Amino acid sequence: MEIAHHTGHAPAHGPRGITRWITTTNHKDIGTMYLVFSATMFFVGGMMAMTIRMELFQPGLQLVAPDVFNQLVTMHGLIMVFGAIMPAFVGFANWQIPLMIGAPDMAFARMNNWSFWLLPPAALLLTGSFLAPGGATAAGWTLYAPLSIQQGPGMDLAIFAIHIMGVSSILGAINIITTVLNLRAPGMTLMKMPMFCWTWLITAFLLIAVMPVLAAAVTMLLADRHFGTHFFSAAGGGDPVLFQHIFWFFGHPEVYIMILPAFGIVSQVIPTFARKPLFGYASMVYATAAIAILSFFVWAHHMFTTGLSLGAQLFFMYATILIAVPTGVKVFNWVATLWRGSITFETPMLFALGFLFVFTIGGLTGLICAIVPVDVQLQDTYYVVAHFHYVLVAGSLFALFAGTYYWLPKWTGHRYDERLGQWHFWCSMIFFNVAFFPMHFLGLAGMPRRIPDYALQFADFNVISSLGAFGFGLSQLLLLAAIVKCVRGGEPAAPRAWDGAQGLEWLVPSPAPHHTWEQPPRLP
Amino acid sequence: MVVSAMASRTAPGQFWFLLAAALPGPAAAAWAINLQPPATAVAREIHDLHNLMLVICGVIFAVVAGFMSYALWAHRKSRGRVAASFHENTRLEIAWTVLPFLVLVGMAWPATTALVAMRDTAEPELTIKATGYQWRWGYDYLRGEGEGIRFVSALATPRPQITGQAPKGEHYLLEVDEPLVVPVGRKVRILTTSSDVIHSWWVPAFGVKQDAIPGFVRDAWFRAEREGVYRGNCAELCGKDHGFMPVVVEVVSPERYGAWVAQRLAAARESADRVFTIDELRARGEKVYAANCAACHQADGRGLPPAFPPLDGSAVVTGPRAAQLETVLHGRPGTAMAAFGKQLSDQDIAAVITYTRNAWGNRTGEAVQPAEIRAARGTGG
Repeated sequence: MEIAHHTGHAPAHGPRGITRWITTTNHKDIGTMYLVFSATMFFVGGMMAMTIRMELFQPGLQLVAPDVFNQLVTMHGLIMVFGAIMPAFVGFANWQIPLMIGAPDMAFARMNNWSFWLLPPAALLLTGSFLAPGGATAAGWTLYAPLSIQQGPGMDLAIFAIHIMGVSSILGAINIITTVLNLRAPGMTLMKMPMFCWTWLITAFLLIAVMPVLAAAVTMLLADRHFGTHFFSAAGGGDPVLFQHIFWFFGHPEVYIMILPAFGIVSQVIPTFARKPLFGYASMVYATAAIAILSFFVWAHHMFTTGLSLGAQLFFMYATILIAVPTGVKVFNWVATLWRGSITFETPMLFALGFLFVFTIGGLTGLICAIVPVDVQLQDTYYVVAHFHYVLVAGSLFALFAGTYYWLPKWTGHRYDERLGQWHFWCSMIFFNVAFFPMHFLGLAGMPRRIPDYALQFADFNVISSLGAFGFGLSQLLLLAAIVKCVRGGEPAAPRAWDGAQGLEWLVPSPAPHHTWEQPPRLP
Repeated sequence: MVVSAMASRTAPGQFWFLLAAALPGPAAAAWAINLQPPATAVAREIHDLHNLMLVICGVIFAVVAGFMSYALWAHRKSRGRVAASFHENTRLEIAWTVLPFLVLVGMAWPATTALVAMRDTAEPELTIKATGYQWRWGYDYLRGEGEGIRFVSALATPRPQITGQAPKGEHYLLEVDEPLVVPVGRKVRILTTSSDVIHSWWVPAFGVKQDAIPGFVRDAWFRAEREGVYRGNCAELCGKDHGFMPVVVEVVSPERYGAWVAQRLAAARESADRVFTIDELRARGEKVYAANCAACHQADGRGLPPAFPPLDGSAVVTGPRAAQLETVLHGRPGTAMAAFGKQLSDQDIAAVITYTRNAWGNRTGEAVQPAEIRAARGTGG
């Protein structure tokens, strides 16, 4: 019993039961709560996606009315971005960064608790807005004015939810920056830090830079809605397009906020299973920083059809194309890491390789969308829906899956069921492509996005896409099964759960004890 | 229950599958995998640019995937490979930074020339303003042959086709009551604006997509090379019926265009002072109602309370007509009720008011004449 207390996951002292989770300042507990929260939101947002694809299964209105459809599209986006993907990465940061840099906990342990516990009320406001008169906001996750000004009180609830989640993100980011800069073990210089910590450090700066911008945008919206201002109304001297400029000044760095930590996870997983150090570590760091800086100069590529001046269109086209260079460097580095390695294909590696294949497709379609004349045809079509699901699902989400399977043995002390994991990967990979690849064709042929019903020539690909989406949704139950099974038991995991794994987190026991690195490790 | 409902509705889907497999001709469009056939020089340029991009990106992907696949096949542990330990190569890293940069410059060059041509809206032969309304398009011929023509173009697909009570027609959701008519071979400049939220005027075959922004005017242009009917949609989410506001452009010969303009202008002159019978007004009003009002107030006049009040039995519709005229002409600020005085002609407003005062349970027996609307416009704000 005594030994279990020291090696097990439960705290040795302090409150038990629910109070433990409410009052905890332990980075591992908080990381777990982030991950459970984001998984819950992932399934909530996923149910909405399933309803959307059922309605689009064939032409005509069958399941939901057009305004409800728009609410589902909007909330699917908001929930997946702010409820699922972002908190999941913060969960990984909480669990892994202290373990990987040899720190006993996050720098601001109490603030860490607060930044998590802001999320559930925000999620309640957001999902609860369906019950508001007129339902949830139906203005799209981009909340473009003046459509968002027309919405009912559901919009206000969403605005408050975004405020709260923004505060949570900023607190989390401050915590991560301070932890990484101040709590590294002696001898771990910045350029010896694991790539995951590097990508999160840069992401945290992005968060601090742009979350206030989003808060400003939605606050201006709130003022236009209720306090008689006219920021976005031409009648009062404002400009609806101003909202888009502010939103996308947040929105494009946000895209990288959701992908840079994914790059970090993949950069941990691939070397482990290729049994070879990461190729081009320094250029990876520079490429990540370059992507982050460039992300502030490309926002208007989301606005090529708003009627920007020719000069502005050219500038944003060139800046956007330029991002392909550092992104290319990263992909080439990963391939070079694989080159002449000793490769095995456990589930984390499968998801990392799946990421590499499919994210590359998403990156290349992004390049196609950057070409203004082509984008004029593709803007607001299913091509764009395909593109951003290739980078957000096959990019961010697959990387999150890779990281989950990679570190599950460290978190739970058990090996996950490899067969379940393999099934989860292959089903996800195949159904993902069945669901989203045809959307490229739909967009090219002229199907707009965010419509509940469509012309007959789009019927066939929509059937395929819906079937793929249902398959993808069901496949995620395998993830749930694999995680539950692994938490409940299984083959005990060694401290170094993977023979090729490098890094400090593999020096502590599995499961990682409640307190680790109370004495900082000595690095060579 | 959802599943069984879905199963019983798969029949049309299967039908299209079979049709697409059986007919190489018309159904080929159902499996279209590239941009629509271009009908303007700009659209053709976009088409070529996209194909070029696709080839370049395809080659890049093939190279990356090729190296990766080879490594995954050849450098596996199960083949007894022992990992090498190299982890950098400065020359290689510089090469794969500089080379992609050069490829990108090669992409940017043709894109720039195409974009400059696209944005040159100077010296149009015909200028038309397209105004986005929730959820239809208003067209004003501002300059050139046909100047002064104005009408509203709304979805013509009957409701039962959308709800599945009737078989869907060939141009389901891509058909309007009154298409935009333009002459072939002429440079047409489209000015876009909006009266409510942001819409986007899009005709894929022309390579034109331009947001319509309330309070601002933007422009785009096209010169259609072939006669025919070209179909597109509103491309920017604009609320409930965003998916139901198509753009249809009919490109005709200059002679047919001239005849169309003459007939349009004559009809406008002729009906300006005429006194219509109540049946004429009701018949026209029913169409105007279906195109402009039914989305919110519903075809049966019962509305969708509380957001969209019923008209059947409404105090405004059955009471003194001045109040109804005021509402229809100037809208209700703070609600979804638009100011239709800016969108519809006197005849259309007279007709739709007459219709609503004599439809469903409303039995006023009153006919409202266009002259009355003209008078009300004069006095109203």
